[in-house]
Formats: sequence, structure tokens, C-alpha cells
Amino acid sequence: MNLQYTPVAPEALHAECLRLREEEMMDFLVFLTGLDLGEEGFGVVYQLESTQTGKQVNLRCVTPDRERPVLPTVSDIWDIANIYEREAYDYLGIIFTGHPDMRRIFLREDWVGHPLRKDDKPEEQNPLRMDNEPLSDTTWQYELSQDGTLTKRENVVFAPSDYVVNIGPQHPSTHGVLHFRVAIEGETIRRVDPVLGYIHRGIEKMNESMTYPQMLALTDRMDYLGAMQNRHALCKVIEEAMGVEVSDRVKVIRTIMDELQRIDSHILFFSCLAQDLGATTAFIYGFRDREKILDIFEETCGGRLILNYNTIGGVMHDLHPNFVSRVKEFIPVMRKGLKEYHDLFTGNVIARNRMEGVGILTKEQVIAMGCTGGTGRASGWHNDLRKLRPYDAYDRVEFDEITFTKGDSFSRYMVRMDEIEQSLRIIEQLIDNIPEGPFQEKMKPIIKVPEGVYYSAVEGSRGQFGVYLESRGDKSPYRVHYRSTGLPLVYAMNAACRGNLIADLVTIGGTFDYIVPDIDR
Amino acid sequence: MFDFTIITNWLHTLLVGVLPEWAAVLTESVLVAVVIISLAAIFAMVLIYMERKVCAFFQCRLGPNRVGKWGLLQLFADVFKMLQKEIIKMRQTDRFLHDLAPFFVITASMITIACLPWNKGAQILDFNIGVFFFLAVSSVSVVGILLAGWGSNSKYPLIGAMRSGAQIISYEISIGITMLTVICLTGTMQISEIVEQQYTEGWNIFRGHLPMVVAFLIYMIAGNAECNRGPFDLPESESELTAGYHTEYSGMHFGYFYLAEYMNLFISAGLATTVFLGGWAPLHIAGLDGFNHAMDYIPGVVWFVGKALFVVFLFMWERWTLPRLRIDHILTLEWKYLMPISLVNLVVMALVVAFGIHF
Amino acid sequence: MALKRPAIKNIPYEEFKDNETFERLVEELNQNGVNIAVRSLDWLFDWGRSHSLWPLTFATSCCGIEFMAVCAARHDIARFGFEVTRNSPRHADVILVSGTIVKKMAPVLKRLYDQMADPKYVIAIGACSVSGGPFRKSYHVVQGVDEIIPVDVYVPGCPPRPESFLYGMMQLQRKVKVEQFFGTTNRKERDPFKQEYKERSEKILAQQEEA
Repeated sequence: MNLQYTPVAPEALHAECLRLREEEMMDFLVFLTGLDLGEEGFGVVYQLESTQTGKQVNLRCVTPDRERPVLPTVSDIWDIANIYEREAYDYLGIIFTGHPDMRRIFLREDWVGHPLRKDDKPEEQNPLRMDNEPLSDTTWQYELSQDGTLTKRENVVFAPSDYVVNIGPQHPSTHGVLHFRVAIEGETIRRVDPVLGYIHRGIEKMNESMTYPQMLALTDRMDYLGAMQNRHALCKVIEEAMGVEVSDRVKVIRTIMDELQRIDSHILFFSCLAQDLGATTAFIYGFRDREKILDIFEETCGGRLILNYNTIGGVMHDLHPNFVSRVKEFIPVMRKGLKEYHDLFTGNVIARNRMEGVGILTKEQVIAMGCTGGTGRASGWHNDLRKLRPYDAYDRVEFDEITFTKGDSFSRYMVRMDEIEQSLRIIEQLIDNIPEGPFQEKMKPIIKVPEGVYYSAVEGSRGQFGVYLESRGDKSPYRVHYRSTGLPLVYAMNAACRGNLIADLVTIGGTFDYIVPDIDR
Repeated sequence: MFDFTIITNWLHTLLVGVLPEWAAVLTESVLVAVVIISLAAIFAMVLIYMERKVCAFFQCRLGPNRVGKWGLLQLFADVFKMLQKEIIKMRQTDRFLHDLAPFFVITASMITIACLPWNKGAQILDFNIGVFFFLAVSSVSVVGILLAGWGSNSKYPLIGAMRSGAQIISYEISIGITMLTVICLTGTMQISEIVEQQYTEGWNIFRGHLPMVVAFLIYMIAGNAECNRGPFDLPESESELTAGYHTEYSGMHFGYFYLAEYMNLFISAGLATTVFLGGWAPLHIAGLDGFNHAMDYIPGVVWFVGKALFVVFLFMWERWTLPRLRIDHILTLEWKYLMPISLVNLVVMALVVAFGIHF
Repeated sequence: MALKRPAIKNIPYEEFKDNETFERLVEELNQNGVNIAVRSLDWLFDWGRSHSLWPLTFATSCCGIEFMAVCAARHDIARFGFEVTRNSPRHADVILVSGTIVKKMAPVLKRLYDQMADPKYVIAIGACSVSGGPFRKSYHVVQGVDEIIPVDVYVPGCPPRPESFLYGMMQLQRKVKVEQFFGTTNRKERDPFKQEYKERSEKILAQQEEA
């Protein structure tokens, strides 16, 4: 949909946000992203949502100063803004006054320039550096005084007396190259400071110089366990922007594929969690069943992991003739497998003890930190986009939104396990009545999106995956921002781990189920 | 039963015939040392191969099958590789302690392996406080682990070593008490006598019925914890501490830890076999004389190794099924459950012995 | 003595791709002739090494998931004896660089490589680590890991199928099988830190005495 936004002046931003938060109950900051608007200066877009009424508000705040862009922080209103503002600072150099932790987030601390500025030349200023990255234990907080001067104050992340253990970047249970700096006391965690960017590939910047069909290829590689859904989101936003209506067949195919991908992702979640907790056999059992989904994908899409299936206006190829029968064979196998997982792992007293009551996040916390998906639903937050704003074929199928109330690791685990069953239900309802029709709409050879600002989201395997697209009518976008599903989860690690043991960090990280390339993009 | 002392005595007389007394004893000592070392190495390798195959079996896989029939030569390949792998010297470590640590661990295992009764008369160290000596020596390895953690000057090994210290010292208590339970029944600490008794009167696990079964189960848990194996592999805990106390070791130094882990596994199983399952004593069923007689023809060493490998299989089963515990759960399990249960069990055993209601 | 072609079980020599490069490598290695006794000893060690390449669990992105699939039941890397994935670089023999390496990660990867004990091998898995792949144009991506560390085998694909992983591992096995252990690689260098270590401990002792 075309995004309607309210412009707000920088001076009034904080008060306006506070008003929206207090009076209109806008408690969920969906995303926040910085923009380079050229002559106009730098802008920041905020999308707010009320979890009670479902109403959405978009704000846009522009600072005309290109030399020293300064905006007030909203991190005291929404917790998650803390990490989003760091991202905007890293990308564009926008300084948020009053933000307690104004460090770079993805790039090295000694990186020169801000890559998403249109006039920045990151390759020239930053050759490959092989010296170790300096990681400082302190951070800066900027304040704007009355006369317009910027002062900065030093904040301490880790005191010299803290015993800091580096978990990552190469560590078996961070699920990729994530780096946690953990201050511990004995085995108890005092503070977790995530250091990101070890797989930051600059996808958003690359997209600015790519055509729309080219962009599609990179979305698969962001959250590779939600490849279908990511690409679906991007196709959806472009189709909505261009006013293309896809056929019913495509809608159903996309829904089935999304759900298969969700099952795939949740099995992998189970496997990795079991592996992290030391139950290697459960890990192998999960992978054994996952191969069956991969076979189905491979027949139709040609790929096992990176599928390249959705495309603007439809899907790449029609379904393979075996698809329906294969999926039907798979459903009972999966049900049997699920029972086996529960027998082997869920019911195990050790696994129960490791997960129950560990890493509790309350409903208020998950909303404030924007943890969508299974993590949010485990704390009782109804955030399933398939129910809230049904897209494609989700309005014609029956399924339950799984929510728990406890918010501990075990709830997070059970949400995913129960979602596998719901996904199977969705597939069962759709698989027999895939309507006939074209699998692809006829598109122009060169795709140009009309000028405007668009946002569209789908329910990914681990939360709301959204695409913010700003087009100036060219054949490539002006600015693309992906609402990462994992970034809020990594931010929530500190709140969830504090006071727990080192072994719990592994459990909590496992049940959060983040995918690192999706965090870093 | 075939008595192995026949061979040793014959060898002794032979050597004394050609050499002076002191030289004969020296030669015998060297021979025995070679035997211990090769036994230890062979059994560690057999166990590693077995572990990889058993694990593959549990996980619907094949396991090594490229070198030799059924991958039998896999372990030789590993050993050849490990032997010529570089041993990294690191800055800012306590070099002396760092290099010393693996030898503590491996020596402790080698001495304990000498206590096992392989056959009638085929036992290298055997004296009247055998079980006590066994427990004392086996706990030396914890010193090696602590040294490894300390000497590496790295955070993961240090945390791993501290965990290991807490864990091994706790579980030593359970093992000690279960051993006391056994000694309560047998009335002797000498390993050869314990086995001899089981040969004539039946295996301890049958003889001591209920309390002995409880003791055996406790030993199965605590013995696993003693070997730092899953679900008690906290000191290594791959997903938390990368490789725990031996993170910083490379080449053969790491190889020693790796071998020692499996030797300890065998020793744990060997002790269980000796005190609960009758060591080299064959299976006798009261009343079936023909069957008992036939069983006697199977050599003692086959009985011993067979039983030990069976116990090892049980250990592996435990490992590949269960997820890992957390450090506080491990200590709770020991101090709040296993230790009280084994103490009560000891009292029950004492009553059983006092009233003579054992078999 | 004629050089024996390394045999890999179940795949004949001719069916391997890129045999020319391999033969050139063999020629280079054996330029100065081969000593039979040394070569037989070498053969033993190379045989051991090639069948016990323990990989480091290292994955940055998509290819890592495929590596997990290789370790799992269907493809079962354990058949080759490679299933002992080690988490500590000190224990590992081969590093499978699976996934994109970005500029922030480059020093970390180099360090991991340096921490591994000799003999060590590198396999670049996937388009990203071979050349930068789909992210070649990015400002933050290293254009292939061979800019940072020497690579033995390249496995293309995005991500490579599990079969390609195994094929890449077999190619590495062939390469290992013709290596020379005595006289060339794996020399025992003099301990570079010995002097420093001695000085440091003397200093500490002196300090303790003063105290």
C-alpha cells in the first residue's frame, strides 16, 4: 500500500511521539529507518502501531542540515528504537541526541563515512583492513544545548572490573557469526552486549543500484530459512505499488510455499536447539525430516535452500506435476516426526528443566522491543499478520494463532512446534484445491515502480518481515529498507539473559531463533 | 577357570634362570608397562570406533566406512594424523603447567587401568586396599583438568575447568558411597578377592539384590559424570564453551585428552564390571550345572571385556539420547538426590548384610 | 619411481574434474625426484591425514545450513571420517569457509586460520567465498577468501549442494594424498616465544623476590 505519512518537525518529534504513545496507545514501533533525501537533508521514517486498536501511524521527520544531522531520540519511548537509531547513525550519520549508546552497529568502529549517504564512497575510503577491530568499552551520548552546540558524554558499557567473555563471532551456538560480549560473575550473566555486522553485506545499499528483478535474488540470501517469505514480501510490495493483481493460483501457491518454508524453518529451529542443548540425535532426526521438504522444493523450484521462486507478478515456474502428491505424502510423515520429537526431546526432563522458567520476557517487554513472531506470541502478544491483516489465501483457510502467556524459553519452543501443526493444517486445506490460472502475470520488460513510498509485510518464519520501498519512478528503487525479524530479537537478548547462567544464553538464543544474515542484512 | 598366574610364574622362572633377580624384575616391569600402555591405547581406539559407529546407529547414519572394511582403519588414520599435527606454543600461557596437564590426565588413566582384573591372576596392581587406591588415583585426573584450564590463560578453558572441578569432586562422593555399599557386602577391598568371591557366590548385582541394583544405577549416573561425558559433558560443553578445558590444546596434547576421555570411559565400565557384574567371573545360574560348566570354558578375559563393552554401550546410549544438564542442575542432582539416596542405600545394605538376607 | 595416482574409493581417477591442475601440482611437488623410503613414510602419514580431516564448525551464512545437512543422516559426512567437527580451531584440520566473508569478519577469519595447527587446509564453499558471488558489488564484502587466506579447493554454488561438499572434500583428499611431509611442510621451527617467555618469567620471579 502507498504509505501515508505525517511530516513532523525535529523540534516537535519527541513531544509528538510521546503524545502518540500515551494518548493513542501506539506501543509498537514497527520500524524506523533513515533516508538520504539529497538536497532536503536526512530523514527518518517511523511506523507506529497500536497493539490494542491495530491503528497505524507513519511519521517522517527531516533535518535539513547535511553537515551535522541531529534528531532527538525516541529510544526512551520505545525500547527498540535504541538499536534502530544506532543503525540509522551507522548508515547515514544521523546523530540522535539523548540516545544512551551512539556507537556504530554494523560497521567497524574505525570505519570512515556512512555508506548509505548518496555521496559517500565506502569502497575508496575503506580498504580491506586486516588489523583486529578495536572494540571500545565505552560509548557516547550526545546532547544538544540551547545555543545549538553538540556536547558528548561518555557512557560505560563495561567497567574495567567486569569479567567479559566473548561469545562469538565464531562460536557453535550463536547460529552464525554473531558476537556477544558477556559480562559474567561466576556463571551468572550480568550484561550482554551484541556486536553485529560480521555478515553485514550492505544489501540495502546494493539494492539502490539494482533493477527490481535483480533485487529479488538478494532477499533469499538474507533470511535463508524464510527465503520464500522474504521474496514474497518484496514481490508483494512491488506488485501493490504497481497495482498488479496476481491470479488466484499464484496466491494459493505462495501460501502453500510460505507454509512449507515455515515448517522447514521450524524443524531447523528444533534441530539447532536440540544441538545447542547437547541432544545430537534429536538434531539428526530433525534434519532427516527436513530433507523431505527440500525434495519438494527442489522439484518445483530447482534449489534446496535458496529457492528463487517468487517473482514480480507470480512465480518463476508452474508447480511440478508431482508437487501435490509429494506434499500429501509429506503431511503424515511430518505428523509422525513431530510426535517423535515430542517423545524424544520435549518430554525429556532435562530439556524441560533447561527451558522452563528461563529467559522470561513479559508481554510489555516484547511489544516495547518489537519482538514479533514466535517470540512475541510466546509472551501472549497476538501479532500474527496472517490473522491481523490476511494476505493471499490466508483469509480462506482455518488455522489457530498459537499464543502462550508465560514468555519463557519453553513457551517459545512450544509456539514453534505447535505452528508446524497449524502450517500442516493450512497446507491440507489448500493442497486439493489449487485453482487453475496463469502462474505469472505478463509484466513489462523493464519494471518501473510509480513514485511513492510503500510498505508491505508478511509473516515470516520468525516474525514480521516488512519491506519499505521508496521509489522515484526509476527502474531501481531510491531507498529500500527491510524490517529485519532478527534485529529486535538480538536486542532482547540482554533483557532475557540478565541474571541467567551462561548455559541459558545458549538456550535463550536458540529459542529466539534468529538468523544472523537477516539481522545484519 | 584358567589361571593366568601360570603364565606369569613360568615367565618369572624363565627370566630368573637366565638373569639375576633384579634384572628379571626390571624386565618384567618394563614388559608390564608396555602391556599397560598398549592396552590403554588399543581400548581407547576401540572405544572411539565403537562410539562413532554406535552414534551413527542411533542417528540413522552409517558412520565411518571408507577406510578398511566397515571403516575399521578409521582410528589408525586419526592416530597417524594426530601424531604429526603441530603442537602450538602460545604466548602468555603458563607453559610448564600447560604442557604438564595432559600427562596428569593420561597417567591417572594408565595407573587405574592397571587395577582392572582382566582374568584370573591377570591383574597388575592388586593389594588389600585396591578399590580405595583405584578411586584415589582416578581422581588425579581432575588436577590435570584444572591445570589445563589454568595454564591456558583463556576464559573458556578456565570456566570449563572450574565446572569440571565442581562436578568431579561432587560425583566422587556418590561413587565412594556406592563402593562402600559394595565393600559392605564383600567385606574386602582387594579387587581380586572381590571377583573371586563373585566367582564362587554369584555376581554382586544378584547377590546384593535391591540395594545393589540401586547402587549400580547410581554408579551408572555418577560414573558417566566422572568421565565428563554427555549429558554431563559440561567441562567441554561444545555449544557453550567451544571445547572447554582443552580448547587451547592442539596436536598430540589434545590427543592425550581425547584418548584419556575414552580410557576413562573404559575404566568406569571396567570398575562397574568388576564390582557389580563379576569381573572375569562367568555367568552361573544356580542349579544348572551343565550350563555353568559350559560357561567356564569361555576365557575370563572374554567375559571381562564383553561385560565392560556392554556397560560402555549403556554409557553411550545415555550420551546420545539425553540433552546436556546445566551446572546448577548437575550439582542439585548430586547433592540433593544421588548422595542422600546412596547414603540410605548404604544403610539398607548394612542391614541386609547384618541380617544375612543376601544370596 | 613413477608416481602413483591417489585412489579415492568409489570414484575412478578419470571421473574427477580438473585432473590437469592436479597433475601439474603433483609434478611441481615432485620436481626434485622422489626418495622411496621417505615417500613410503609420507604415504602413511598422508593416508592418515586424508582420511581424518576434521572440519572446524565455521559458517557465516546459507552454506552453513547446507553443511549441517551434509553432517546429517542423508548425506552423512561421517562415512569419510570427517564427522568430528571441532569447535576449537586448535583441534581442526580443515576450515570450510561457508558463506560470505565481510570486511569486519576478515581479520577474525585470518585469526582463526592462524590459530589452527599445521597441517591445515582451506576449502572455499559457495560463490560468496570463492569470489564474492552475488554480493561482489557490495562495499563491505571481501571478493573471495583467497584475498585473506590460501585456499586449497574451491566449491562453487549458491549454496553448493551437499554432493558438491563431498566432492570438494574428496578433491582435498586427493591433494593431501600427494603431499610430502618430510622435508617440505610441517618443519619444526624454533620456538619463537622461548626467549620472551624466559624473560617474562625471570621478571616475575624478580618481582616476587622484591615483594
